[in-house]
Amino acid sequence: MPISRRRLLTTGGGLALAGGLAAACGSNTGRDDNGSRSQLSQWYHQYGEPGTEPAVRRYAKAYRNADVRVQWRPGNYDQQTAAALLTDSGPDVFEVNGPTLDQIRGGQVVDLTDLVNGVKDDFHPAALAPKTHDGRVWAVPQVIDTQVLYYRKSLLEKAGVKPPRTLDELVDAAKKLTDEKTKGLFLGNDGGAGVLGGTPLHAAGLSLVTADGKVGFDDPAAARTLGKIRRLYADKSLLLGAPADWSDPSALVQGLTAMQWSGLWALPQVKKALGDDFGVLPFPSDGPNGRPAVPVGAYGSAVSTRSRHKEAAKAYVKWLWVERTDFQQDFALSYGFHIPARVSLAKKADKLGSGAAADIVRFTVDHGYAQPLLWTVASQTAYQDALSRIIKDGADPGAELRAAVRATEAELRRVKKTS
Amino acid sequence: MATRSEAETARRGTAPRAATPRPARQRNRTLWFWIFVGPFAAGLALFTYVPLAWSVYLSFFDAHNTVSPTDFVGLDNYTAMLGDPSFRAALLTFAVFTAFIVPATYALSLGLALAVNRLRFAQAFFRSVFFLPTACSYVVAALVWKLSIFNGVRFGLANTVLGWFGADQIAWLSTTDPPWYWLVIVTVRLWLQAGFYMVLFLAGLQRVPPQLYEAAAVDGARPGWQTFRYITFPALRATSVAVVLLLVIGAFQAFDEFYTLLSDARGYPPYARPPLVYLYYTALGQGQNLGLGSAGAVILALIIAVVTVVQARWFGLGGRDEKAV
Repeated sequence: MPISRRRLLTTGGGLALAGGLAAACGSNTGRDDNGSRSQLSQWYHQYGEPGTEPAVRRYAKAYRNADVRVQWRPGNYDQQTAAALLTDSGPDVFEVNGPTLDQIRGGQVVDLTDLVNGVKDDFHPAALAPKTHDGRVWAVPQVIDTQVLYYRKSLLEKAGVKPPRTLDELVDAAKKLTDEKTKGLFLGNDGGAGVLGGTPLHAAGLSLVTADGKVGFDDPAAARTLGKIRRLYADKSLLLGAPADWSDPSALVQGLTAMQWSGLWALPQVKKALGDDFGVLPFPSDGPNGRPAVPVGAYGSAVSTRSRHKEAAKAYVKWLWVERTDFQQDFALSYGFHIPARVSLAKKADKLGSGAAADIVRFTVDHGYAQPLLWTVASQTAYQDALSRIIKDGADPGAELRAAVRATEAELRRVKKTS
Repeated sequence: MATRSEAETARRGTAPRAATPRPARQRNRTLWFWIFVGPFAAGLALFTYVPLAWSVYLSFFDAHNTVSPTDFVGLDNYTAMLGDPSFRAALLTFAVFTAFIVPATYALSLGLALAVNRLRFAQAFFRSVFFLPTACSYVVAALVWKLSIFNGVRFGLANTVLGWFGADQIAWLSTTDPPWYWLVIVTVRLWLQAGFYMVLFLAGLQRVPPQLYEAAAVDGARPGWQTFRYITFPALRATSVAVVLLLVIGAFQAFDEFYTLLSDARGYPPYARPPLVYLYYTALGQGQNLGLGSAGAVILALIIAVVTVVQARWFGLGGRDEKAV
């Protein structure tokens, strides 16, 4: 029988449809709890350092009780996970720079409190605190990251400047270090509004949100301190519009700036390029109640509520991020440069025992602060916009901060209402 | 009603060879209509109308991190959005951007078209050269502008040129006073789209009947400005209306270059956010406040609808004049 055009089209369409359905069903096989090993999908954001991806795949393979499939996700990771958590096709286990308060309140992540029973005190308190809400733990911290002020010793010596210990000294030093070719300080291409966040407030002895859940920067000292960041900008001491932003040490290494605020992760690169010609400092203190400050953040491992294998996923997280300290050590220090979230591991690590690395570890212990969970995205946005206007437009810090305080109070009321 | 009977016809159309030849052909036609139109209509409904309706639904709920909210809040999201200074600033940013980019692109592409149209030789070459940037992606162009032409350090192209004249370096994208970033934003889009609109104008120019020019010359119109003002420009009216409409729509959709040029290392643009960029951050960024974002989207859609209607009225689009022409 000759095949007509129409028959071909109809059959072809039917086949495509059937194939699609079969494929859709096919993706469900092997995810059945009755099977011998449940299949878990685990998501990581893309780490820049070579070797991290094979390492996490190796850890997953070493796990015997479940078939763990690692997904290595480049791009806007936070947005990808946020969207995936709304669906059934999201990850079972995922690393998260959070979870956010709204993710916890929305019931998107599983309570992991019993996983860290007995070892709770071994986690760096600044890493575990932002994963804890109402006394329950919602993610197991993987590694700690922090940010510090890098400076070129030779450039400071040449200009006759001592490493700054107060914010006023930093303003003066940045001004003296600025010449035709080199700027004094690099706080990011936006002038610091993005990366500094609550760090200057902590340096002034204040905070974003207090321990009892109130706005922590409703104080004249906040306006004074932020006014000094504006001074840096108005003095033209800040490097702006560099090809690579603050998270990359290129500006410091290439001599575009004498001092740069950057992450712990930049340390190996800086060391390789500058040898001993650099030092690190915390953000300098300001005012009578001031104290130096460094922000501490931690990626944590969380379990999605939509996972079909919650218990298996929890068991895996416990195995990898609580029990296998050898893998945790390897993950933190063999590829990139992070501080292990476990205090006992950080103490044992040789790499963290001397030089600038040891200084940074000490800063996180003495001066580290973590962004509190109650500091929601809406508060952060209001504050960051205010900071940007203070720095760049020369807006009145007092008035700008009052608006940010009002926005934060409204957010705090919202999250307290139903929690 | 019509749809249902059509659908029934379509279903019966698949029945084998029972009917007389003529109605069978008729039915086949309806069947084929749905085979060809169906996938498109289904796609449109599934990917456009359902999300649209869902977004309106979400805008009445407190939808933090969820698309199936339960906490009805009435018009709270709308009042919050309209009371949000950042959203109003975003609308202002958009208005300023449109005020810059629409006349600038219009003038530049018309100028290019007039120049290219007068060329005696190498016309095809210049037409292609000016049209080429249209093929470039907005993100790529924005990155070139940000990283090599308008970066803030001494080896950026713009700063090198300034250096020849002994002027200070300027951090183009980081300076809000004066707002140099507008120069970067407007020039990148100008470069990208001027060539495309030039082609539209060229087509329009080539459709102007030469007799008009001959008649004008006989009547004593001087070549140059007078001919352009009284012959060419009025003859391009239809093209001009289309170009302005497309330019305004393009400006409403602006996202890529704003986001690429101005967002910081964490993907947050601190200023110069047109509404789409701001809503993207509120609803889909770390904010995940889908209710508030949807309310903003609905407000934006209403504004666009009003502007489009006003614009169409103003140009007399679809009016009696247009039909007569």
